Amino acid sequence: MLHTVNKSPFERNAFKGCLARAQKDSVILLFEDAVYAAIKGTTIESVTVRATQDFKVCVLGPDLKARGYDEGHVVEGVTVVDYGDFVDMVVAYGPVVAWL
Amino acid sequence: MPEIEGVENTGGVIKKFLYLNSKAPYGTVYALEVLEMILISAAFEQDVHVAFVDDGVYQIKRGHDTKGIEMKSFLPTYRALEGYDIEKLYVEKESMEERGLRAEDFIVPVTVTNRLAMSHLIASMDVVLGG
Amino acid sequence: MAYELNGKKIEHDEEGYIADVNGWNEDVAKMIADVEGIDMTSEHWEVIHFLREYYNEYQIAPAVRVLTKAVAKKLGPEKGNNKYLYELFPYGPGKQACKIAGLPKPTGCV
Repeated sequence: MLHTVNKSPFERNAFKGCLARAQKDSVILLFEDAVYAAIKGTTIESVTVRATQDFKVCVLGPDLKARGYDEGHVVEGVTVVDYGDFVDMVVAYGPVVAWL
Repeated sequence: MPEIEGVENTGGVIKKFLYLNSKAPYGTVYALEVLEMILISAAFEQDVHVAFVDDGVYQIKRGHDTKGIEMKSFLPTYRALEGYDIEKLYVEKESMEERGLRAEDFIVPVTVTNRLAMSHLIASMDVVLGG
Repeated sequence: MAYELNGKKIEHDEEGYIADVNGWNEDVAKMIADVEGIDMTSEHWEVIHFLREYYNEYQIAPAVRVLTKAVAKKLGPEKGNNKYLYELFPYGPGKQACKIAGLPKPTGCV
């Protein structure tokens, strides 16, 4: 199963809702405003660090860059992916559960 | 003409669909759109499941009176789902209890499922749609 | 777009479904049936009133499969079947009967 989150963890509970209901070893992709969940130095960071122990957590690079961040800002254990990887992940890990 | 003629029999493959409701009603359009998807999907005769988590549990709480906000209440339509043979409804126990609700507070019969069981339910589906 | 009935305008969409379910009465139904080329008999009215009741209770226009089943339950299997309902409403008991009953187009109807 591939879980996607596209809302900021500071505005909505989509990220937490996803973490609470994804099965261990699921893949979680953070994109659009959810990329803020992958950034170091926030009050969400510890949640994301814990998530990397149970899940494969990825973040969409173009959405990171658009918001002024790059790989160097991302929590350790989170993988930066591009659009091509996103498509491959849907094929490899689908069905997709979109947490809005 | 019959609705969606010819599309109903998609080679007899029945998939497990889950409509995952996680938003409160009325404040945003998510809940309404999921409900419309559910009604549309009924024509395709799939194995439909509907789950309510987080604020989604508020969608089926008894007693909505929407006259004052000039919006259509969700509750009559949820009661209609039985006629559409959609009877697999699940409410997440933790979400319900966090909001001070009990199974008797809902307008339709639901299976109350804990968070772990909900995660298994989600993982067992072929298609998960929601908002 | 609007129908005209006794000098009153009744708004409808591009397919002829009236905009306001509460603006419906039997005269409106007869007029829409006329446009649809349907001669209203007591059998037609029975289905139309059934649809109005269904809408009052559930706030949606039923899909044809649901309508058929519900009619069978309420009026008996000799009426709750496709053949009977399509004979009354050749363009579909979902679409055409809902239009005459002043309901929206059934959700899921394409």
